[in-house]
Amino acid sequence: MSDLNILLAGFGGQGILFTGKVIAYAGMMEGKEVSWLPSYGPEMRGGTANCSVCLSDTIIGSPLVTTPDVLIAMNLPSLEKFENEVVPGGLIIVDSSIITKKVERDDVKVVYIDASNIAENNGFKGAANMVILGRMFKETGFCSAENLDKGLQKSIPPKKAALIDNNRKAIALGIES
Amino acid sequence: MAERVLMKGNEAIAEAAIAAGCRHFFGYPITPQTEVAAYMSKRMPKIGGVYLQGESEVASINMVLGAGAAGVRVMTSTSSPGISLMSEGISYIAGSDVPCLIVNVQRGGPGLGGIQPSQSDYCQATKATGHGDFHMLVFAPSTVQEMVDLVAGAFDLGDKYRMPAMVLSDGMLGQMMEPVALPEPMEVDNDSKPWAACGHQNKREHNVINSLYINPQELEDLVRQRYEKYEKIKETEQRAEEYLVDDAEIVIVAFGASSRVSRSAIDKARKEGIKVGLIRPITLWPFPEKVIWKHTAHTKVFLSVEMNMGQMVDDIKLACRCAKPVEFYGRTGGVIPTPKEVYDEIIRLNGGVQ
Repeated sequence: MSDLNILLAGFGGQGILFTGKVIAYAGMMEGKEVSWLPSYGPEMRGGTANCSVCLSDTIIGSPLVTTPDVLIAMNLPSLEKFENEVVPGGLIIVDSSIITKKVERDDVKVVYIDASNIAENNGFKGAANMVILGRMFKETGFCSAENLDKGLQKSIPPKKAALIDNNRKAIALGIES
Repeated sequence: MAERVLMKGNEAIAEAAIAAGCRHFFGYPITPQTEVAAYMSKRMPKIGGVYLQGESEVASINMVLGAGAAGVRVMTSTSSPGISLMSEGISYIAGSDVPCLIVNVQRGGPGLGGIQPSQSDYCQATKATGHGDFHMLVFAPSTVQEMVDLVAGAFDLGDKYRMPAMVLSDGMLGQMMEPVALPEPMEVDNDSKPWAACGHQNKREHNVINSLYINPQELEDLVRQRYEKYEKIKETEQRAEEYLVDDAEIVIVAFGASSRVSRSAIDKARKEGIKVGLIRPITLWPFPEKVIWKHTAHTKVFLSVEMNMGQMVDDIKLACRCAKPVEFYGRTGGVIPTPKEVYDEIIRLNGGVQ
């Protein structure tokens, strides 16, 4: 895999920043240079949150992803805002439980995943982000399965270690989807 | 080397300061800097240090003056409007020859401005952080690792020259996470400051830390002494990174966040055979004029890329002795330039699309 620039976007509270952190840590475990840059300020309080993650074999220049290889959209405003910025040949992953609109471009790969419903129906309400992460892992192979799991473990503080297992299961649902 | 962990710039700089022996932090919250203070508030009580939130930036910087005068490693952090509030105290610190570390996680200005990343405090940091004749050491990291790596040196040089040192960060570097290897904790000998006003049980003459000199001649002499020190610092402490600059005809000068954007643009332009490189000042004061002058002969044009309205341009003009044109590209108000924008500027300077 060469460089991968990922943009994750959705509502505050959907776990956008956390998902980005897991990807960044997994990339680091894979031996990549990584960066994680969140949106901050009023836009994340009840509004949209987004997060730029860069994975690279070389030193990372700008950590701000303006033309993503991969866009993860977890709400409609995010899809509308960033759809046209994805590089041709790139990948858009849409949580179709939340977004009913279809991507209008035909020069990118689009994956619609019923992530929020899959998570809720399996008892992991609120873990749509992890379902999507599993699917993104399957589509891109950005790291090994082992390093993805290590990335997850690194991203959860020791006090909350009990949460690892549910997140792991939600990721598995995404991989199977 | 220590295991690398992902850390926000704001948290990494706090941990690095602790590793460098800092046990005194005084500050006041402001976005996008607040994580520095929040981290310190958690860590300092556990390691026998002092974390105190002042009632304002004005109070906090005067607490820094007090602790620094007592000879301990002390720091504060704030963001742009907070530095304006602290500027009186910083001038007093400089006028009292007290070392300390000041972190500015810059945001857009002027006024309350905005909370997004900016570099528009360049002139304030390098030329006039307060009233009177004085300078601070100013360091400009461009990665989270470099934020960590510069902190110990900033404390050391501040102690060596008895002057305030600033790490000039910005909202992007403060908020982003990157892998970082933290340094081993270092032992600091606070007794190595014979000038400190730290109590002496009548075993020596008492030390006076003061910035008030009513006699003009006395004050002039002191300021002149300080400027002799500044000349020595200019001679020995300039630091910059050179990237693909030896054969470059277009030389970008950029620091901090904008240097990262520029590096991406340079890599793209180099693939097309354009001879473009980067001089990245690591010290903003002293400005790395030697390395700019060294590369002036083979440079056709300098391009200053900044997240402000061109505050560094004059320093580049002086450093290249106006021998070559100095162009400028920047975004301000909290807007981060894209690599594409900087690339387009390189193409323009290269004579347009070939």
